[in-house]
Amino acid sequence: MAKPLQYVGQGLFYALFFGVIGYFSTWPTYTYLQPDDTLIKLSFAHAAQHKEPCRERTPEELAKLPPLQRKVTTVCPSRERADVVVELEMDGKQLYHVVMPPNGFARSGTSNIYRRIPVKAGVHTLKARLKDHIGEEFNYEHEETVNLAPGRILVIDFKSATGGFVFRNKNTTQG
Amino acid sequence: MLLRVEGALNKVFGNDLNPFYQLGALGFYLFWVVTVSGVYIYAFYDTGTGDSFDSVERMTREQWYLGGVMRSMHRYASDALVLVMVLHLLREFILGRYRGARWFAWVTGVVLIWMLLAIGINGYWMVWDKLAQYSAVTIIEWFDWLPIFSMPMASYFAYTDGLDNRFFTLMSFFHVTIPLLTLFMFWIHIMRISYPVVNPKRGLMWGMLLAMLVLALVKPALSQGPADLGIEPGSVGIDWFYLFISPLLDVWSAGQVWALVFGVTLLLGVLPWLPARFKQIPVAEVSLENCNGCRRCVSDCPYEAVVMRPRSDGLPFMEQAVVVPDRCVSCGICAGACPSSTPFRSDAGYVSGIEMPSLPMAGLRAAMTGDLAKLQGDARVMVFGCDNAADIAKLRSAGVAVLSLPCTAMLPPSFIEYALHEHRVDGVLITGCRGNDCYHRMGGQWIAQRLDRQREPRLRGRVERERINQFWASSADFEALSVELESFRVGLRGLASGQTETGKVDK
Repeated sequence: MAKPLQYVGQGLFYALFFGVIGYFSTWPTYTYLQPDDTLIKLSFAHAAQHKEPCRERTPEELAKLPPLQRKVTTVCPSRERADVVVELEMDGKQLYHVVMPPNGFARSGTSNIYRRIPVKAGVHTLKARLKDHIGEEFNYEHEETVNLAPGRILVIDFKSATGGFVFRNKNTTQG
Repeated sequence: MLLRVEGALNKVFGNDLNPFYQLGALGFYLFWVVTVSGVYIYAFYDTGTGDSFDSVERMTREQWYLGGVMRSMHRYASDALVLVMVLHLLREFILGRYRGARWFAWVTGVVLIWMLLAIGINGYWMVWDKLAQYSAVTIIEWFDWLPIFSMPMASYFAYTDGLDNRFFTLMSFFHVTIPLLTLFMFWIHIMRISYPVVNPKRGLMWGMLLAMLVLALVKPALSQGPADLGIEPGSVGIDWFYLFISPLLDVWSAGQVWALVFGVTLLLGVLPWLPARFKQIPVAEVSLENCNGCRRCVSDCPYEAVVMRPRSDGLPFMEQAVVVPDRCVSCGICAGACPSSTPFRSDAGYVSGIEMPSLPMAGLRAAMTGDLAKLQGDARVMVFGCDNAADIAKLRSAGVAVLSLPCTAMLPPSFIEYALHEHRVDGVLITGCRGNDCYHRMGGQWIAQRLDRQREPRLRGRVERERINQFWASSADFEALSVELESFRVGLRGLASGQTETGKVDK
């Protein structure tokens, strides 16, 4: 092959090789959330109540213990904790339901949750409920009407010490 | 198909610069381009939730002519590295260059795939733009599926204030240490081959660099807006070379993607042993009484499969050759290098210092002389070829004898002289894999150097060069080889009739 033709061929090869690289380094664009969609993230860790109730030691029991052991006044027959059950409703329809077992071999740790839930943007009434004991009834509940802007991530957190559910990163709250 | 594409590239680049013959070396080269550009970028990089994006953006905009170009080179060389790596893997697989003792390079190469992908993904996070946010969240969620974390790591990415500057310090640390480990793995990858080619030919290096520079100027690498953990980007421009796993996680569950990753890794990892019917001919064996410890076999073995050890048999030589069976691919190049392989030896005790048990030199000589005795007519030619190149058996005719070897470099040059002088053939045609593409890496180069008297064992000066022709032909080039043989024979007839036409020596 003549030299000039070889150079043209080499140029074409490099153009093709780096053309492929240039194209696939950013295109095709990937859309994973439609413009009218948004996300709700359930993200928290919570230690449920023990399966068997703990009790306080009586003064007599404490007196029998060596002085160094008297600081621990609570006695739990088992370390095992109950499952944490979470339900999320949107506009009266169940959006999500999960039963989260506690972590650890002895099932004595926290129950952790992290879920991404895509929903349509707009004004919605959200109701979150949580149960952290072996009984039937939900002992934490929070209902709120929120305006979910497209793409804005509403994070549903839970802190039992501050009263339960917290809706974070809200756009607008109504009611 | 592959051979046709490579044949076309040979026409455009020549065998010396054909990129497909230097994919491994190109991988090394691109790694160095990434390293040099990365060191420059690192000098301007700040670690911090806001600082990371700002520093990269500042460098890209304020010194686009250097910092911006370096950033683009860093990205495109990294992408090219993945492309070259995939082509390298596919090529070695299609050409069957991963079986037997070559399993080591193959398996370490599989490990390198994931190491390189990890570096690339980690690098994208450091920019901390919308793409980084999308990639980080999806990949971390994917890792959370593994039952090794008590607390989901992705929860740190759920809150706008969940990340602190230490995350970026950690990413910077990973982006230095994983490449260092990868470099170490590169070294392991080529540990069991002699004369590894780690630098592509200069023309190819310049061509790649220039083309990359053009791309960097035409389409500079840019960020996609600062990350905001409170806003889901929704749509991102993906680098499909590195970040393809994230979109896959939208289609498949995390468990399915892990199964795919482990499945592909396992399949690639066991491929050298599949299918089980692949059988290698017995490995080389040393005959101590014929070995004088000259080291030529050690020097010529492309796989570090022959080593020298202190003499163990009492003969008055310092060392002896020892074959490492696990590394031997049975190419026979060592036998071709051994001075005692010469066929000008008596029948009694004709054993080479290092031999292929299933193809001993005495057997090759017998097969060759048997074939040569049957030749008739004029322009009688002995063709020596390679089992991994054009099938020379189809060239056999009344005036043409053939002998195919595991590698052409198994042929001691003295066999050529033996055929020409002892058996009065008119010419010898040497063929094998295409130039720079020897199935056994160095065979074509060694035989050419031996015939050019640049490498031991050398072809003796008294051999008429015009009666020797070298023509390198893959299995896709049989027609060209046939034409070359006929042309060679015409030339030989001319020689016989006293014409002065000379044979071609190299193609």
